[in-house]
Amino acid sequence: MRYDLDFTAPLAYWPELLTGAATTLGLSVSATVLGFGLGVFCAIARSGRSGAAARVAGAYVEAIRNTPLLVQIFIVYFGLASIGIKLGAFTAAIAALVINVGAYTAEIVRAGIESVPRSQLEAARCLALSRWQVLRHVVLPPAIERVWPALTSQYVLLMLASSITSQISTEELTAIANRIQSDTFRSIETYLIVAAAYLALSLVMRVLFWAVGSIAFPRRRRLGTPL
Amino acid sequence: MPPIVEVEAVCKRFGAVSVLEGVSFQIRTGSVVAIIGRSGSGKSTALRCINRLESIDAGQIRVCGQEVTSPKLDLSRLHRDVGIVFQSYNLFPHLTAEENVMLAPRLVLKLPRIEQRELAARVLAQVGLADKAQAYPSQLSGGQQQRVAIARSLAMKPKLMLFDEITSALDPELTGEVLKVIEGLARDGMSMILVTHEMAFARKVADHVIFMHRGKVWEEGPATVLDAPQTEELRQFLGNGL
Amino acid sequence: MISLTPEQLLFLLRGFGWTIVLSLLAFAGGGLLGFVLALTRVYAARSLRTLAMLYIKLIQGTPLLILLFLTYFGLPSLGLVVEPLLAAALGLSVYVSAYLGEIWRGSLEAVPRTQEEAAVCLALNWRQRLIHVILPQAVKIATPPTVGFMVQIVKNTSLASAIGFIEMVRAGQMINNATFRPFIVFVLIAALYFALCYPLSAWSRRLEGRFDAAHR
Repeated sequence: MRYDLDFTAPLAYWPELLTGAATTLGLSVSATVLGFGLGVFCAIARSGRSGAAARVAGAYVEAIRNTPLLVQIFIVYFGLASIGIKLGAFTAAIAALVINVGAYTAEIVRAGIESVPRSQLEAARCLALSRWQVLRHVVLPPAIERVWPALTSQYVLLMLASSITSQISTEELTAIANRIQSDTFRSIETYLIVAAAYLALSLVMRVLFWAVGSIAFPRRRRLGTPL
Repeated sequence: MPPIVEVEAVCKRFGAVSVLEGVSFQIRTGSVVAIIGRSGSGKSTALRCINRLESIDAGQIRVCGQEVTSPKLDLSRLHRDVGIVFQSYNLFPHLTAEENVMLAPRLVLKLPRIEQRELAARVLAQVGLADKAQAYPSQLSGGQQQRVAIARSLAMKPKLMLFDEITSALDPELTGEVLKVIEGLARDGMSMILVTHEMAFARKVADHVIFMHRGKVWEEGPATVLDAPQTEELRQFLGNGL
Repeated sequence: MISLTPEQLLFLLRGFGWTIVLSLLAFAGGGLLGFVLALTRVYAARSLRTLAMLYIKLIQGTPLLILLFLTYFGLPSLGLVVEPLLAAALGLSVYVSAYLGEIWRGSLEAVPRTQEEAAVCLALNWRQRLIHVILPQAVKIATPPTVGFMVQIVKNTSLASAIGFIEMVRAGQMINNATFRPFIVFVLIAALYFALCYPLSAWSRRLEGRFDAAHR
């Protein structure tokens, strides 16, 4: 039984840990922004009038939500390479993360869109706004404001899930941790440190989202109450 | 001058239920018309057919020179010519009062920002809410929200205003401020159709009253018809108070 | 299959079987611990409640992969012999306990307060109230989100491949190393996961709809 925990050995690798954390953050923020765009697009398709678009978007969402992220990553990195589309590890990681979080975003935003009462749409149409203007100015802003907490949680989960990209050798925090622990044999200490790092990164992401929310939703910032 | 609204033999069904059975009436430009009747008499439906919120199954409707049922209808122009205020105000909760009023002038009329602001200030002052421009709907009382809704429609400079039971959702002490605004609009010569339960108000402001019963225009005439109803049904309706 | 031999297919299906076994183990282990956590968070003393909350927040804020590595690489350095299956089952159980604990705490608290009051007024003691009045109702409330979470459990077993446990993904990697047909292999694996998860997702949605209707 080993009783002596020695944190100094893994902590000596703090430059690599910092780089790994930065990579994790970079992966997560990029995937969040792109995934958000994809998700909003799909949510609009699913609540729109075109039946075909709604079905395609629906199939995409179900396929992603019922298969593991690891398998999705392998298909994007190894699978595509074998049929001629060769992506670097980092690119494949982002692509897989974007495709994955896009589906979850679509579900959340769709719920937000459906929570906007039809009477709002009626009033906007009677003011001569076009269908697109109604979507952009009357439906999407309150819809996204309302689901902002759910989106925040989803993107924090994404950041934690980015650890899975270590399996295709992306140099993010978990991959760095594996290397450090195999060098120092201090597995418990290394993984505890990295777990703490992920907790810190979660905090960073929540603060980022709170800040973006305050800027994007002046009503929430001024009144402090939910919609 | 042709009537601003001509409704001819309009029929409408909701599934198996017939809501409008051959409704005909005309509204002269500049007049204030009150449509009264029991719940289910078809009065709100008739109003909503005028600006194409509801489609009709038979008959014709001409509004501001356009044939509402025609496939060649310029819907955008119709919505610009006809303003509507709803029972539940339907203000956009994520925008301030001022932003609610400025939205359509900005997007549809494509006014520059300075003109948007001036227009908003003017119509908000017209409804007595100049000092509430920066407030969000959740910070306003029901009566104030309804007045913002009226201002929002007025900002588009409509030729005709429709009011669908705009005081029904308000506490009694708040209806007065809203009705005062309507009176002001009437004095300024706005053509208006009010579906309403407020008999005293209808008597005061309306030039013409249409009583609807069971999907038909049962009786109509100048406001004096409220004091001297000709038909038994109208007499009963007025006698019961609502 | 087009380019997989019958032996390889069988190997894959064995991995599929282990995916199911690991999922059930994680659900059982995580469920037991999660149940204790839920009860603690609702009924225990303040200090215990806080401890349970901290545990849940900590686990929920840690990537599952890190938990698995901690179990697989960490425990041996304490002198314990750990096989992939044990490490995977342990790591997943800890992970699942935090999430099920939260879901079930919510379900317990969703039972109307008036039910507890009525049971107290009938002179039932705490154990009797819990077993005969609160739990039956909490179980009904908990069923839709629990079934929904089972989908997460099945998907998360895929990470056990990272510590060498031969469930479906690991089996696929090994087949891929022999055949070099990653696209077909992993799409097939995705389809197998879909076959497992989609019925659970659909069932969870149906339960939620029925639950809403009953409570409207």
